[in-house]
Amino acid sequence: MSATPPPATRAAAKKELPEHFRDYKHVWVFVELERGEVHPVSWELLGEGRKLADKLGVELASVILGGGDGGARAAAAESFCYGADVAYLVEHPVLEDYRNESYAKAMTQLVNTHKPEILLLGATNLGRDLAGSVATTLLTGLTADCTELAVDADGSLAATRPTFGGSLLCTIYTLNYRPQMATIRPRVMAMPERAADRVGRVVPFTPDLSEDDIITKLLRFVPDRDSNKSNLAFADVVVAGGIGLQSAENFQLVRNLASVLGAEFGCSRPLVQKGWVPSERQIGQTGKTIRPKLYIAAGISGAIQHRVGVEGADCIVAINTDKNAPIFDFAHVGIVTDAIRLLPALTEAFRQRLSPHQRDRLAG
Amino acid sequence: MKILVCIKQVPDSAQIRVHPVTNTIMRQGVPTIINPYDLFSLEEALRLRDKFGGEVTVLTMGPPMASESLRKALAIGADRAVLLTDRFFAGSDTLATTYALAQAIRKVEQTFGKQDIVFTGKQTIDGDTAQVGPGIAKRLGLLQLTYVSKLVECDPEKREVVVERRAEGGVQVLKTSMPCLITMIEGSNEVRRGAFEDSLRAARAEIVTWSAKDAEIEDLTKCGLKGSPTIVKKVFAPAPRSEKAAFVEPEKTAPDSAEALITAIFARHPSLESDLTKLASGL
Ligand SMILES: Cc1cc2nc3c(=O)[nH]c(=O)nc-3n(C[C@H](O)[C@H](O)[C@H](O)COP(=O)(O)OP(=O)(O)OC[C@H]3O[C@@H](n4cnc5c(N)ncnc54)[C@H](O)[C@@H]3O)c2cc1C
Ligand SMILES: Cc1cc2nc3c(=O)[nH]c(=O)nc-3n(C[C@H](O)[C@H](O)[C@H](O)COP(=O)(O)OP(=O)(O)OC[C@H]3O[C@@H](n4cnc5c(N)ncnc54)[C@H](O)[C@@H]3O)c2cc1C
Repeated sequence: MSATPPPATRAAAKKELPEHFRDYKHVWVFVELERGEVHPVSWELLGEGRKLADKLGVELASVILGGGDGGARAAAAESFCYGADVAYLVEHPVLEDYRNESYAKAMTQLVNTHKPEILLLGATNLGRDLAGSVATTLLTGLTADCTELAVDADGSLAATRPTFGGSLLCTIYTLNYRPQMATIRPRVMAMPERAADRVGRVVPFTPDLSEDDIITKLLRFVPDRDSNKSNLAFADVVVAGGIGLQSAENFQLVRNLASVLGAEFGCSRPLVQKGWVPSERQIGQTGKTIRPKLYIAAGISGAIQHRVGVEGADCIVAINTDKNAPIFDFAHVGIVTDAIRLLPALTEAFRQRLSPHQRDRLAG
Repeated sequence: MKILVCIKQVPDSAQIRVHPVTNTIMRQGVPTIINPYDLFSLEEALRLRDKFGGEVTVLTMGPPMASESLRKALAIGADRAVLLTDRFFAGSDTLATTYALAQAIRKVEQTFGKQDIVFTGKQTIDGDTAQVGPGIAKRLGLLQLTYVSKLVECDPEKREVVVERRAEGGVQVLKTSMPCLITMIEGSNEVRRGAFEDSLRAARAEIVTWSAKDAEIEDLTKCGLKGSPTIVKKVFAPAPRSEKAAFVEPEKTAPDSAEALITAIFARHPSLESDLTKLASGL
């Protein structure tokens, strides 16, 4: 890995941390609770936060905001199972649903009272909406959409993020301000082992909020129709197709293989742009990040914006007619052949291999 | 209605290449474009103006060449363009950027009148932080509506706005008051091409160009590198994968190739066979 020298202008040195920041301690993870559901990125961040806290020799705290109907309390208990030592439980009727004003106020008050040195949030719509407001109010640094976190020898948070669509990485520090804030992409950090018997301390916090001061009102919440919801980000097996499939009809070959494997299907961006596949199926920088055990990419060239969304897969299989396609630089298994011909055969071969009935018959 | 849209000029990332030896970005010759996400916000602003009357001002902070993007925005239909440019802004992170942009918006309001709505893009394709919109809103005390998929209602008389906002697992329908800051998501509208008269007007239009001093940005310690709490220490290329793909030789027939491929997959990742069997039987 050859590093380019840092741009001279950016090589600012660490100064002595200002006096008023010295009592900022501990690692916090914001637990994203929306309509009774905790976003899995919160648990992923607790796993990562645990490592940082251990390295720094400090506590790991979860921060849960909610409306006081018990959902937040349950999430606090659950956060201990994923590694938190402490849970800040912030309950108030005004926090029932996510709204920027009320959440930003509560979060800022909590930070100013209990002073964390590191504050991590998921880089989701909610997390990014909230983090930007909180960091601006606190006038501190916020590193966006990180894919790697580490603690330096001097205890500073080193937050690494892809830039220019993943062609380069950069490591960013917030040396002289506290807390050091970062948002982290979902599905980048591994899900930690859940320890059912782990317990911790709940610290309640009552924010100074009043519904009368919050101008924005939630009129309705329209849940996505379940049938429409793709489980792409969490699937163990994903089959995807790209422009190499050549027509919307041929995309059916991808769906067929996915169906035999019990997999989710996805696609590269041009297929969404052509209207062949709905946008929630797009994989990559501006689509979903996936982390399956098996990823099969048919007729996808492997552009960097696609690569960043699939690199976490345990096994990447590429089917492409061009042996020089960039996807072969990061695939584990490759075959240079026509995907339109191979996919039906592959579907059939998997069907045979995986059906217990078929196997018994072959054995007998 | 008076509406302000923040736009950023960005390199067309589809055309960015990384130098194979030095690992630096090769920017030379890479064309610049208006950040694609900003166009959805610009379109929404133009629709409001077309419906209620008023004017749309576009604002960018950047080097003098960023005026090209402003001219493009005028050609699409914006009424006025403001360029904030000064060497003091170089190296700004999002906190420093929002300080400068918020001050410039105050100056726009002094000069051209109070703005009812400020739009920004959802995020950019280069910095890609999605932090500038929320930062401006906080600094100007504007109510914040990010990731808006639809502007349902806008009532300039009652000063009310109703939007649909993309949330996890569903859509929030939110009502708020003006002045507010809105970011639109991609695909929320169809961006217009701009009329022929607009392109003529754009070619001749004067772009309001302000330095930090012109915009009355007094505290230069809050600008540029000095005003940026984040410090970029290291830029590097991702580590190349050490092993290359194991290539499977295609056989004469597709079924034979399929068998060979499956055998190679299971040879490489033996645990996959039982995982897949479980998954498939769970159907
Ligand atoms: C800001 C930005 C964000 C982006 N975000 C994303 C993103 O999130 N996700 C994403 O995927 N892309 C994204 N892109 C687009 C990306 O740069 C590529 O253009 C895109 O991934 C290419 O899609 P593709 O591989 O399907 O098509 P192509 O690059 O055209 O590749 C098609 C491949 O199919 C092969 N092929 C042709 N015929 C056959 C055949 N019969 N059998 C097998 N193989 C065949 C070809 O050899 C080729 O390698 C983004 C781009 C930009 C600028
Ligand atoms: C590789 C790289 C990584 C970076 N990482 C970080 C980081 O983690 N944290 C950080 O604080 N800074 C970071 N920066 C600095 C940041 O990109 C700049 O501050 C930039 O000016 C604005 O951020 P953005 O491009 O992410 O905008 P976003 O916040 O993604 O932009 C949202 C919207 O704000 C508006 N907007 C943004 N910039 C301007 C502008 N100059 N003029 C007018 N409107 C604008 C546009 O409407 C845009 O769509 C990084 C910069 C680079 C090059």
